[in-house]
Amino acid sequence: MVAQNIFFAIIALAMVASAVRVVTSKNILHAALYLVVVLAGIAAQFIITGAEFTGVTQVLVYIGAVLVLFLFGIMLTRARIGREESVDGDRRWLAGVVALLLFAVMAYALVDAFDTEALDAQNALEPQSTQMVSDAIFHDYLIPFEAVSFLLLAALIGAIVVARKE
Amino acid sequence: MSAVVLADLAYWQVSILRVLGLLAAVLLPAGTIVYLFLFKMMSFMQSRLGPMEAGPYGSMQLLAEVGKWLQKEDLFPNGADRRVFAWAPIVVVASTFIMYTVVPFGPDAWFADIPTGIYFALAVSSVSVIGILMAGWASANKYSLMGGLRSAGQLIAYELPLVLAVLGVVIQAGTMNMQGIVEAQRNGEMFGVGFIGNPYIITQFVGFAVFMIAMQAELTQPPFDMPVAESELVAGYMTEYSGFRFLLFFIGEYATAGAFSAIAAVLFLGGWALPGIGFDADIMNLLGPLVMLTKMMLIVFLVMWFRFTYPRFREDQLQIFAWKYLIPVSLVNIAVTAVLKVAF
Repeated sequence: MVAQNIFFAIIALAMVASAVRVVTSKNILHAALYLVVVLAGIAAQFIITGAEFTGVTQVLVYIGAVLVLFLFGIMLTRARIGREESVDGDRRWLAGVVALLLFAVMAYALVDAFDTEALDAQNALEPQSTQMVSDAIFHDYLIPFEAVSFLLLAALIGAIVVARKE
Repeated sequence: MSAVVLADLAYWQVSILRVLGLLAAVLLPAGTIVYLFLFKMMSFMQSRLGPMEAGPYGSMQLLAEVGKWLQKEDLFPNGADRRVFAWAPIVVVASTFIMYTVVPFGPDAWFADIPTGIYFALAVSSVSVIGILMAGWASANKYSLMGGLRSAGQLIAYELPLVLAVLGVVIQAGTMNMQGIVEAQRNGEMFGVGFIGNPYIITQFVGFAVFMIAMQAELTQPPFDMPVAESELVAGYMTEYSGFRFLLFFIGEYATAGAFSAIAAVLFLGGWALPGIGFDADIMNLLGPLVMLTKMMLIVFLVMWFRFTYPRFREDQLQIFAWKYLIPVSLVNIAVTAVLKVAF
Protein backbone atom coordinates (compact mmCIF):
# COMPACT_ATOMS: atom_id res chain seq x y z
CA MET A 1 0.00 0.00 0.00
CA VAL A 2 2.77 2.42 0.95
CA ALA A 3 4.85 1.50 -2.09
CA GLN A 4 1.82 2.12 -4.27
CA ASN A 5 1.32 5.56 -2.75
CA ILE A 6 4.96 6.47 -3.37
CA PHE A 7 4.83 5.39 -7.01
CA PHE A 8 1.49 7.11 -7.43
CA ALA A 9 3.08 10.36 -6.24
CA ILE A 10 6.16 10.00 -8.45
CA ILE A 11 4.09 9.28 -11.57
CA ALA A 12 1.61 12.02 -10.72
CA LEU A 13 4.40 14.60 -10.37
CA ALA A 14 5.93 13.54 -13.69
CA MET A 15 2.50 13.78 -15.29
CA VAL A 16 1.86 17.29 -13.95
CA ALA A 17 5.29 18.47 -15.10
CA SER A 18 4.74 17.03 -18.58
CA ALA A 19 1.22 18.44 -18.75
CA VAL A 20 2.60 21.92 -18.01
CA ARG A 21 5.17 21.43 -20.77
CA VAL A 22 2.41 20.40 -23.19
CA VAL A 23 0.88 23.89 -22.97
CA THR A 24 4.07 25.93 -22.54
CA SER A 25 6.24 24.21 -25.17
CA LYS A 26 7.01 26.45 -28.15
CA ASN A 27 7.30 23.54 -30.53
CA ILE A 28 4.07 21.82 -31.46
CA LEU A 29 5.72 18.42 -31.91
CA HIS A 30 7.40 18.62 -28.52
CA ALA A 31 4.00 19.39 -27.04
CA ALA A 32 2.59 16.23 -28.65
CA LEU A 33 5.49 14.15 -27.31
CA TYR A 34 4.94 15.52 -23.78
CA LEU A 35 1.31 14.49 -24.20
CA VAL A 36 2.58 10.95 -24.81
CA VAL A 37 4.29 11.06 -21.40
CA VAL A 38 1.08 12.29 -19.72
CA LEU A 39 -1.00 9.53 -21.32
CA ALA A 40 1.58 6.86 -20.46
CA GLY A 41 1.42 8.15 -16.87
CA ILE A 42 -2.37 7.68 -16.86
CA ALA A 43 -1.90 4.10 -18.07
CA ALA A 44 0.63 3.51 -15.28
CA GLN A 45 -1.80 4.91 -12.69
CA PHE A 46 -4.53 2.58 -13.95
CA ILE A 47 -2.20 -0.39 -13.60
CA ILE A 48 -1.11 0.67 -10.08
CA THR A 49 -4.73 0.85 -8.97
CA GLY A 50 -5.40 -2.64 -10.36
CA ALA A 51 -7.42 -1.57 -13.41
CA GLU A 52 -5.11 -3.47 -15.71
CA PHE A 53 -7.42 -3.87 -18.71
CA THR A 54 -8.18 -0.16 -18.73
CA GLY A 55 -4.46 0.65 -18.51
CA VAL A 56 -3.55 -1.55 -21.45
CA THR A 57 -6.44 -0.12 -23.46
CA GLN A 58 -5.15 3.36 -22.64
CA VAL A 59 -1.77 2.46 -24.18
CA LEU A 60 -3.24 0.80 -27.25
CA VAL A 61 -5.86 3.45 -28.03
CA TYR A 62 -4.32 6.73 -26.90
CA ILE A 63 -0.59 6.20 -27.44
CA GLY A 64 -0.73 3.58 -30.20
CA ALA A 65 -3.48 5.17 -32.25
CA VAL A 66 -4.68 8.66 -31.28
CA LEU A 67 -1.28 10.22 -30.67
CA VAL A 68 0.28 8.52 -33.66
CA LEU A 69 -2.46 10.16 -35.74
CA PHE A 70 -1.70 13.50 -34.03
CA LEU A 71 2.00 13.20 -34.88
CA PHE A 72 1.16 12.02 -38.38
CA GLY A 73 -1.11 15.01 -38.96
CA ILE A 74 1.38 17.51 -37.52
CA MET A 75 4.21 16.13 -39.65
CA LEU A 76 2.12 16.11 -42.83
CA THR A 77 1.04 19.73 -42.44
CA ARG A 78 3.61 21.79 -40.54
CA ALA A 79 6.46 20.52 -38.46
CA ARG A 80 9.35 22.92 -38.16
CA ILE A 81 12.28 22.07 -35.98
CA GLY A 82 12.95 24.72 -33.36
CA ARG A 83 10.83 27.37 -31.63
CA GLU A 84 7.66 28.72 -33.15
CA GLU A 85 6.27 31.86 -31.57
CA SER A 86 2.93 31.55 -33.34
CA VAL A 87 1.99 28.42 -31.37
CA ASP A 88 0.37 30.42 -28.55
CA GLY A 89 -3.15 31.41 -29.59
CA ASP A 90 -5.15 34.47 -28.42
CA ARG A 91 -7.71 32.26 -26.77
CA ARG A 92 -5.41 30.69 -24.21
CA TRP A 93 -6.97 32.68 -21.35
CA LEU A 94 -10.38 31.37 -22.31
CA ALA A 95 -8.89 27.87 -22.35
CA GLY A 96 -7.50 28.47 -18.86
CA VAL A 97 -10.96 29.47 -17.60
CA VAL A 98 -12.48 26.33 -19.16
CA ALA A 99 -9.79 24.17 -17.52
CA LEU A 100 -10.44 25.78 -14.12
CA LEU A 101 -14.20 25.24 -14.47
CA LEU A 102 -13.65 21.60 -15.43
CA PHE A 103 -11.37 21.13 -12.42
CA ALA A 104 -13.97 22.69 -10.13
CA VAL A 105 -16.78 20.48 -11.43
CA MET A 106 -14.73 17.28 -11.16
CA ALA A 107 -13.37 18.13 -7.72
CA TYR A 108 -16.88 18.94 -6.51
CA ALA A 109 -18.25 15.69 -7.95
CA LEU A 110 -15.52 13.61 -6.29
CA VAL A 111 -15.81 15.32 -2.90
CA ASP A 112 -19.60 15.14 -3.08
CA ALA A 113 -19.59 11.44 -3.91
CA PHE A 114 -16.98 10.17 -1.45
CA ASP A 115 -16.53 12.97 1.13
CA THR A 116 -14.41 11.48 3.94
CA GLU A 117 -15.53 7.92 3.31
CA ALA A 118 -12.47 5.71 2.87
CA LEU A 119 -12.63 3.02 0.23
CA ASP A 120 -12.13 -0.54 1.39
CA ALA A 121 -8.42 -0.87 0.60
CA GLN A 122 -8.43 -4.64 0.24
CA ASN A 123 -11.41 -4.60 -2.07
CA ALA A 124 -10.23 -1.63 -4.12
CA LEU A 125 -6.84 -3.19 -4.85
CA GLU A 126 -8.28 -6.49 -5.99
CA PRO A 127 -7.20 -6.61 -9.66
CA GLN A 128 -10.23 -6.12 -11.82
CA SER A 129 -10.45 -9.02 -14.21
CA THR A 130 -11.16 -8.66 -17.89
CA GLN A 131 -14.15 -10.91 -17.36
CA MET A 132 -15.68 -8.41 -14.94
CA VAL A 133 -15.25 -5.63 -17.50
CA SER A 134 -16.85 -7.63 -20.28
CA ASP A 135 -19.67 -8.82 -18.00
CA ALA A 136 -20.43 -5.22 -17.10
CA ILE A 137 -20.32 -3.99 -20.70
CA PHE A 138 -22.28 -6.79 -22.32
CA HIS A 139 -24.80 -7.34 -19.53
CA ASP A 140 -25.48 -4.36 -17.32
CA TYR A 141 -24.58 -1.62 -19.79
CA LEU A 142 -25.51 -3.32 -23.05
CA ILE A 143 -27.85 -0.59 -24.30
CA PRO A 144 -25.48 2.35 -23.64
CA PHE A 145 -22.69 0.29 -25.25
CA GLU A 146 -24.76 -0.33 -28.38
CA ALA A 147 -25.78 3.33 -28.49
CA VAL A 148 -22.17 4.45 -28.31
CA SER A 149 -21.07 2.02 -31.02
CA PHE A 150 -23.94 3.21 -33.22
CA LEU A 151 -22.85 6.81 -32.67
CA LEU A 152 -19.25 5.93 -33.57
CA LEU A 153 -20.39 4.14 -36.71
CA ALA A 154 -22.39 7.20 -37.73
CA ALA A 155 -19.35 9.42 -37.10
CA LEU A 156 -17.19 7.08 -39.15
CA ILE A 157 -19.56 7.10 -42.12
CA GLY A 158 -19.94 10.87 -41.77
CA ALA A 159 -16.17 11.32 -41.86
CA ILE A 160 -15.90 9.24 -45.03
CA VAL A 161 -18.72 11.19 -46.70
CA VAL A 162 -17.16 14.54 -45.77
CA ALA A 163 -13.70 13.44 -46.88
CA ARG A 164 -14.78 12.14 -50.32
CA LYS A 165 -17.04 14.88 -51.62
CA GLU A 166 -17.42 13.65 -55.20
CA MET B 1 12.63 -25.94 -9.42
CA SER B 2 13.14 -22.30 -10.20
CA ALA B 3 10.17 -21.38 -8.00
CA VAL B 4 11.96 -23.00 -5.05
CA VAL B 5 15.22 -21.23 -5.83
CA LEU B 6 13.55 -17.85 -6.33
CA ALA B 7 11.66 -18.10 -3.04
CA ASP B 8 14.96 -17.98 -1.10
CA LEU B 9 16.17 -14.76 -2.75
CA ALA B 10 15.45 -11.19 -1.81
CA TYR B 11 13.35 -9.01 -4.09
CA TRP B 12 16.33 -7.10 -5.50
CA GLN B 13 18.19 -10.34 -6.25
CA VAL B 14 15.19 -11.70 -8.13
CA SER B 15 14.94 -8.40 -10.00
CA ILE B 16 18.59 -8.57 -11.09
CA LEU B 17 18.08 -12.14 -12.28
CA ARG B 18 14.99 -11.05 -14.19
CA VAL B 19 16.85 -8.21 -15.91
CA LEU B 20 19.67 -10.56 -16.92
CA GLY B 21 17.12 -13.12 -18.13
CA LEU B 22 15.31 -10.48 -20.16
CA LEU B 23 18.57 -9.33 -21.76
CA ALA B 24 19.32 -12.93 -22.71
CA ALA B 25 15.77 -13.52 -23.94
CA VAL B 26 15.92 -10.43 -26.17
CA LEU B 27 19.49 -10.53 -27.45
CA LEU B 28 20.06 -14.27 -28.01
CA PRO B 29 17.17 -14.77 -30.47
CA ALA B 30 18.00 -11.45 -32.17
CA GLY B 31 21.63 -12.50 -32.68
CA THR B 32 20.62 -15.96 -33.86
CA ILE B 33 18.18 -14.45 -36.35
CA VAL B 34 20.78 -12.09 -37.78
CA TYR B 35 23.50 -14.74 -38.11
CA LEU B 36 21.36 -17.65 -39.25
CA PHE B 37 19.03 -15.86 -41.64
CA LEU B 38 20.43 -12.46 -42.56
CA PHE B 39 24.05 -13.60 -42.95
CA LYS B 40 23.83 -17.26 -43.92
CA MET B 41 20.41 -18.07 -45.38
CA MET B 42 20.32 -14.94 -47.56
CA SER B 43 23.81 -15.74 -48.84
CA PHE B 44 22.94 -19.33 -49.69
CA MET B 45 19.77 -18.23 -51.49
CA GLN B 46 21.96 -15.90 -53.56
CA SER B 47 24.60 -18.59 -54.27
CA ARG B 48 27.36 -17.11 -52.13
CA LEU B 49 28.96 -18.04 -48.83
CA GLY B 50 28.34 -14.98 -46.69
CA PRO B 51 30.72 -14.11 -43.85
CA MET B 52 33.38 -16.85 -43.49
CA GLU B 53 36.42 -15.16 -41.92
CA ALA B 54 35.42 -14.28 -38.33
CA GLY B 55 35.34 -17.56 -36.40
CA PRO B 56 34.26 -20.95 -37.77
CA TYR B 57 31.78 -20.36 -40.64
CA GLY B 58 31.80 -16.68 -39.74
CA SER B 59 29.93 -17.30 -36.49
CA MET B 60 31.80 -14.47 -34.70
CA GLN B 61 30.84 -11.99 -37.42
CA LEU B 62 28.11 -10.59 -35.19
CA LEU B 63 30.59 -9.58 -32.49
CA ALA B 64 32.75 -7.94 -35.13
CA GLU B 65 29.74 -5.99 -36.39
CA VAL B 66 28.80 -4.80 -32.91
CA GLY B 67 32.39 -3.75 -32.28
CA LYS B 68 32.42 -1.85 -35.56
CA TRP B 69 29.22 0.07 -34.78
CA LEU B 70 30.31 0.91 -31.24
CA GLN B 71 33.53 2.47 -32.52
CA LYS B 72 31.76 4.87 -34.87
CA GLU B 73 31.06 8.46 -34.00
CA ASP B 74 27.64 9.32 -32.59
CA LEU B 75 26.70 11.87 -35.27
CA PHE B 76 23.93 14.44 -34.96
CA PRO B 77 22.97 16.12 -38.25
CA ASN B 78 23.10 19.90 -38.46
CA GLY B 79 19.67 21.32 -37.66
CA ALA B 80 18.38 18.15 -36.07
CA ASP B 81 16.31 18.25 -32.90
CA ARG B 82 18.98 16.72 -30.69
CA ARG B 83 16.91 15.49 -27.77
CA VAL B 84 14.18 13.87 -29.85
CA PHE B 85 16.80 12.46 -32.23
CA ALA B 86 18.69 10.89 -29.32
CA TRP B 87 15.61 9.38 -27.65
CA ALA B 88 13.95 7.87 -30.73
CA PRO B 89 15.97 4.60 -30.93
CA ILE B 90 15.60 4.10 -27.17
CA VAL B 91 11.80 4.29 -27.44
CA VAL B 92 11.84 1.65 -30.20
CA VAL B 93 14.11 -0.74 -28.28
CA ALA B 94 12.23 -0.23 -25.00
CA SER B 95 8.93 -1.22 -26.57
CA THR B 96 10.55 -4.45 -27.81
CA PHE B 97 11.97 -5.28 -24.39
CA ILE B 98 8.62 -4.77 -22.69
CA MET B 99 6.93 -7.06 -25.24
CA TYR B 100 9.09 -9.96 -24.06
CA THR B 101 7.99 -9.63 -20.44
CA VAL B 102 4.68 -11.44 -20.98
CA VAL B 103 5.98 -14.32 -23.13
CA PRO B 104 6.17 -17.62 -21.20
CA PHE B 105 9.20 -19.86 -21.82
CA GLY B 106 8.29 -22.55 -19.28
CA PRO B 107 5.94 -23.24 -16.35
CA ASP B 108 7.90 -20.81 -14.14
CA ALA B 109 10.25 -19.30 -16.72
CA TRP B 110 8.60 -15.98 -17.48
CA PHE B 111 8.87 -12.43 -16.32
CA ALA B 112 5.39 -11.18 -15.48
CA ASP B 113 2.11 -13.05 -14.98
CA ILE B 114 -0.28 -10.54 -16.50
CA PRO B 115 -3.90 -11.72 -16.98
CA THR B 116 -4.23 -9.65 -20.17
CA GLY B 117 -0.84 -10.84 -21.50
CA ILE B 118 -1.35 -10.93 -25.27
CA TYR B 119 -3.34 -7.69 -25.25
CA PHE B 120 -0.53 -6.04 -23.28
CA ALA B 121 2.12 -7.27 -25.75
CA LEU B 122 0.20 -5.94 -28.77
CA ALA B 123 -0.45 -2.60 -27.06
CA VAL B 124 3.22 -2.15 -26.18
CA SER B 125 4.34 -3.12 -29.69
CA SER B 126 2.31 -0.21 -31.07
CA VAL B 127 4.43 2.26 -29.05
CA SER B 128 7.43 1.72 -31.34
CA VAL B 129 5.61 3.74 -34.04
CA ILE B 130 6.12 6.83 -31.86
CA GLY B 131 9.88 6.20 -31.82
CA ILE B 132 9.95 5.80 -35.60
CA LEU B 133 7.98 9.03 -36.13
CA MET B 134 10.32 10.82 -33.69
CA ALA B 135 13.35 9.59 -35.63
CA GLY B 136 11.86 10.59 -38.98
CA TRP B 137 10.97 14.09 -37.85
CA ALA B 138 14.02 14.92 -35.74
CA SER B 139 16.54 14.04 -38.45
CA ALA B 140 15.67 17.24 -40.39
CA ASN B 141 15.91 15.30 -43.62
CA LYS B 142 13.19 14.85 -46.26
CA TYR B 143 14.02 11.20 -46.85
CA SER B 144 13.77 10.50 -43.13
CA LEU B 145 10.47 12.33 -42.82
CA MET B 146 8.97 10.44 -45.77
CA GLY B 147 10.23 7.17 -44.31
CA GLY B 148 8.72 7.98 -40.92
CA LEU B 149 5.35 8.88 -42.42
CA ARG B 150 5.21 5.80 -44.65
CA SER B 151 6.18 3.66 -41.73
CA ALA B 152 3.48 5.11 -39.46
CA GLY B 153 0.82 4.67 -42.15
CA GLN B 154 1.85 1.08 -42.71
CA LEU B 155 2.09 0.15 -39.04
CA ILE B 156 -1.35 1.62 -38.27
CA ALA B 157 -2.92 -0.19 -41.23
CA TYR B 158 -1.45 -3.59 -40.32
CA GLU B 159 -1.95 -3.34 -36.57
CA LEU B 160 -5.68 -3.91 -37.07
CA PRO B 161 -5.43 -7.29 -38.86
CA LEU B 162 -2.72 -8.29 -36.36
CA VAL B 163 -5.00 -7.68 -33.37
CA LEU B 164 -8.04 -9.14 -35.12
CA ALA B 165 -6.13 -12.32 -36.04
CA VAL B 166 -5.18 -12.79 -32.40
CA LEU B 167 -8.82 -12.44 -31.32
CA GLY B 168 -9.73 -15.79 -32.92
CA VAL B 169 -7.17 -17.54 -30.71
CA VAL B 170 -8.34 -15.64 -27.64
CA ILE B 171 -11.95 -16.68 -28.29
CA GLN B 172 -10.96 -20.30 -28.73
CA ALA B 173 -8.69 -20.43 -25.68
CA GLY B 174 -11.07 -18.37 -23.55
CA THR B 175 -8.22 -16.37 -22.00
CA MET B 176 -5.84 -13.53 -22.87
CA ASN B 177 -3.14 -14.83 -20.52
CA MET B 178 -0.34 -16.31 -22.61
CA GLN B 179 0.35 -19.13 -20.15
CA GLY B 180 -3.40 -19.89 -20.28
CA ILE B 181 -3.24 -20.06 -24.09
CA VAL B 182 -0.34 -22.56 -23.90
CA GLU B 183 -2.30 -24.65 -21.41
CA ALA B 184 -5.48 -24.53 -23.52
CA GLN B 185 -3.57 -25.85 -26.55
CA ARG B 186 -1.78 -28.53 -24.54
CA ASN B 187 -4.98 -29.84 -22.96
CA GLY B 188 -7.09 -29.37 -26.08
CA GLU B 189 -8.33 -32.18 -28.28
CA MET B 190 -9.08 -32.46 -31.98
CA PHE B 191 -12.04 -34.74 -32.67
CA GLY B 192 -11.26 -36.70 -29.51
CA VAL B 193 -7.57 -37.12 -30.38
CA GLY B 194 -5.58 -35.40 -27.65
CA PHE B 195 -2.08 -36.81 -27.63
CA ILE B 196 -0.48 -33.77 -29.28
CA GLY B 197 -2.99 -31.33 -27.87
CA ASN B 198 -4.59 -28.82 -30.19
CA PRO B 199 -2.09 -26.36 -31.65
CA TYR B 200 -4.19 -23.49 -32.98
CA ILE B 201 -2.33 -23.39 -36.27
CA ILE B 202 -4.76 -26.13 -37.35
CA THR B 203 -8.08 -24.76 -36.11
CA GLN B 204 -7.08 -21.11 -36.54
CA PHE B 205 -5.19 -21.43 -39.80
CA VAL B 206 -6.84 -18.33 -41.27
CA GLY B 207 -5.83 -16.38 -38.18
CA PHE B 208 -2.28 -17.73 -38.47
CA ALA B 209 -2.01 -16.69 -42.12
CA VAL B 210 -3.33 -13.20 -41.42
CA PHE B 211 -1.06 -12.90 -38.37
CA MET B 212 2.01 -13.88 -40.38
CA ILE B 213 1.26 -11.37 -43.16
CA ALA B 214 0.52 -8.57 -40.70
CA MET B 215 3.65 -9.48 -38.72
CA GLN B 216 5.77 -9.22 -41.87
CA ALA B 217 4.35 -5.74 -42.41
CA GLU B 218 4.78 -4.69 -38.77
CA LEU B 219 8.44 -5.69 -38.98
CA THR B 220 8.75 -3.67 -42.24
CA GLN B 221 10.44 -6.66 -43.85
CA PRO B 222 10.21 -6.92 -47.65
CA PRO B 223 7.79 -7.14 -49.48
CA PHE B 224 6.44 -4.56 -47.01
CA ASP B 225 9.59 -2.41 -46.82
CA MET B 226 8.27 0.83 -48.37
CA PRO B 227 9.36 2.83 -45.27
CA VAL B 228 13.03 1.95 -45.78
CA ALA B 229 12.99 1.43 -49.55
CA GLU B 230 16.68 1.97 -50.26
CA SER B 231 16.27 2.88 -53.93
CA GLU B 232 13.91 5.74 -53.05
CA LEU B 233 14.57 6.81 -49.47
CA VAL B 234 18.19 5.81 -48.74
CA ALA B 235 17.23 4.12 -45.44
CA GLY B 236 14.00 5.89 -44.48
CA TYR B 237 13.83 7.08 -40.89
CA MET B 238 17.24 5.53 -40.12
CA THR B 239 19.10 7.53 -42.79
CA GLU B 240 20.84 9.97 -40.44
CA TYR B 241 21.68 7.53 -37.67
CA SER B 242 25.14 6.19 -37.09
CA GLY B 243 27.17 4.26 -34.56
CA PHE B 244 25.52 3.24 -31.30
CA ARG B 245 22.09 4.63 -32.15
CA PHE B 246 21.97 2.86 -35.52
CA LEU B 247 22.93 -0.33 -33.68
CA LEU B 248 19.95 0.19 -31.35
CA PHE B 249 17.59 0.47 -34.34
CA PHE B 250 19.17 -2.62 -35.86
CA ILE B 251 18.83 -4.64 -32.64
CA GLY B 252 15.30 -3.30 -32.27
CA GLU B 253 14.35 -4.53 -35.73
CA TYR B 254 15.51 -8.12 -35.19
CA ALA B 255 14.56 -8.29 -31.51
CA THR B 256 11.04 -7.28 -32.55
CA ALA B 257 11.13 -10.06 -35.12
CA GLY B 258 12.04 -12.39 -32.24
CA ALA B 259 9.26 -11.01 -30.02
CA PHE B 260 6.57 -11.35 -32.68
CA SER B 261 7.73 -14.86 -33.56
CA ALA B 262 7.65 -15.80 -29.85
CA ILE B 263 4.08 -14.52 -29.68
CA ALA B 264 3.16 -16.44 -32.84
CA ALA B 265 4.78 -19.58 -31.39
CA VAL B 266 2.71 -19.26 -28.21
CA LEU B 267 -0.53 -18.44 -30.00
CA PHE B 268 -0.43 -20.90 -32.87
CA LEU B 269 2.26 -23.55 -32.31
CA GLY B 270 1.53 -24.51 -28.73
CA GLY B 271 4.27 -22.50 -27.00
CA TRP B 272 6.84 -24.25 -24.86
CA ALA B 273 4.75 -27.32 -23.95
CA LEU B 274 5.87 -30.79 -25.03
CA PRO B 275 3.41 -33.69 -25.28
CA GLY B 276 4.02 -36.47 -22.76
CA ILE B 277 5.70 -34.28 -20.12
CA GLY B 278 3.56 -32.85 -17.34
CA PHE B 279 2.49 -29.22 -17.61
CA ASP B 280 4.18 -28.21 -14.36
CA ALA B 281 7.20 -30.51 -14.65
CA ASP B 282 10.36 -28.74 -13.45
CA ILE B 283 12.40 -30.04 -16.39
CA MET B 284 10.24 -27.91 -18.70
CA ASN B 285 11.88 -24.78 -17.27
CA LEU B 286 15.04 -25.96 -19.03
CA LEU B 287 13.49 -27.62 -22.09
CA GLY B 288 10.78 -24.98 -22.58
CA PRO B 289 13.11 -22.17 -23.70
CA LEU B 290 14.75 -24.53 -26.19
CA VAL B 291 11.38 -25.61 -27.58
CA MET B 292 10.34 -21.97 -27.82
CA LEU B 293 13.59 -21.00 -29.56
CA THR B 294 13.10 -23.77 -32.13
CA LYS B 295 9.55 -22.67 -32.86
CA MET B 296 10.57 -19.01 -33.01
CA MET B 297 13.29 -19.80 -35.55
CA LEU B 298 10.76 -21.76 -37.64
CA ILE B 299 8.49 -18.72 -37.75
CA VAL B 300 11.33 -16.31 -38.54
CA PHE B 301 12.44 -18.70 -41.27
CA LEU B 302 9.03 -18.22 -42.92
CA VAL B 303 9.31 -14.44 -42.58
CA MET B 304 12.81 -14.39 -44.09
CA TRP B 305 11.82 -16.79 -46.85
CA PHE B 306 9.10 -14.39 -47.97
CA ARG B 307 11.49 -11.49 -47.48
CA PHE B 308 14.10 -12.89 -49.87
CA THR B 309 11.54 -14.10 -52.40
CA TYR B 310 9.02 -11.37 -53.20
CA PRO B 311 9.54 -7.88 -54.65
CA ARG B 312 8.31 -4.76 -52.88
CA PHE B 313 4.66 -3.67 -52.77
CA ARG B 314 3.61 -0.27 -54.08
CA GLU B 315 2.23 2.08 -51.42
CA ASP B 316 -1.38 1.93 -52.66
CA GLN B 317 -1.27 -1.87 -53.08
CA LEU B 318 0.01 -2.10 -49.54
CA GLN B 319 -2.86 -0.09 -48.07
CA ILE B 320 -5.53 -1.78 -50.22
CA PHE B 321 -4.22 -5.20 -49.19
CA ALA B 322 -4.62 -4.37 -45.50
CA TRP B 323 -7.97 -2.58 -45.56
CA LYS B 324 -9.81 -4.47 -48.29
CA TYR B 325 -8.54 -8.02 -47.83
CA LEU B 326 -6.86 -8.76 -44.51
CA ILE B 327 -9.30 -6.93 -42.22
CA PRO B 328 -12.50 -8.41 -43.76
CA VAL B 329 -10.95 -11.90 -43.75
CA SER B 330 -9.98 -11.64 -40.10
CA LEU B 331 -13.42 -10.25 -39.17
CA VAL B 332 -15.08 -13.25 -40.86
CA ASN B 333 -12.64 -15.51 -39.00
CA ILE B 334 -13.69 -13.96 -35.67
CA ALA B 335 -17.39 -14.36 -36.47
CA VAL B 336 -16.98 -18.00 -37.51
CA THR B 337 -14.81 -18.80 -34.46
CA ALA B 338 -17.33 -17.19 -32.12
CA VAL B 339 -20.24 -19.12 -33.66
CA LEU B 340 -18.36 -22.44 -33.50
CA LYS B 341 -17.27 -21.73 -29.92
CA VAL B 342 -20.90 -21.28 -28.86
CA ALA B 343 -22.13 -24.19 -30.99
CA PHE B 344 -19.69 -26.75 -29.58
